[in-house]
Amino acid sequence: MALTKAEMAERLFAEVGLNKREAKEFVDAFFETIRLALERGEPIKLSGFGNFELRSKNQRPGRNPKTGEEIPISARRVVTFRASQRLKQRVETYAGPR
Amino acid sequence: MTKSDLIEALAGGQAHLALADVEIGVKHVLDQMTEALAAGERIEVRGFGSFSLHHRAPRIGRNPKTGEAVALSGKFVPHFKPGKELRERVNNG
Repeated sequence: MALTKAEMAERLFAEVGLNKREAKEFVDAFFETIRLALERGEPIKLSGFGNFELRSKNQRPGRNPKTGEEIPISARRVVTFRASQRLKQRVETYAGPR
Repeated sequence: MTKSDLIEALAGGQAHLALADVEIGVKHVLDQMTEALAAGERIEVRGFGSFSLHHRAPRIGRNPKTGEAVALSGKFVPHFKPGKELRERVNNG
């Protein structure tokens, strides 16, 4: 089972007391606000969770794996996530699937 | 944009919620995400991306000061894969 927006909203409703519509709108707005900032080129720093950063990649040679044909991969801007020390520590001790 | 900037931006767009409630909401969502990953659960947000754990194999590390070998056990690290919409919007922004 994965954590989804629906479950986040359900728990905001059950544990924080937003009504169901507010909770759904809140979760949508949460992710949209982050996307809008990244789209503007602004990195996000969420203390205790992690940072979303932007990196510019130069054009580099690529290959179509099916045909073997060489095609350049164009220059692009990508998002990377760096987990905070706190999140890394919380996750590190996970024992793995049993 | 920091967590407090995010809280302010959200409060601006959700006029029916007080700033304090938005703050509680943001912390609650981030706590849910942290707890899910700590329990080994994935997070999937369509159009934004997914978070999962990647395993790091055990290895022999070295104390950079003394050069002494140290056995490091395997561990899990958080990993984020941006979703299609986020990738496209960031690249065209």
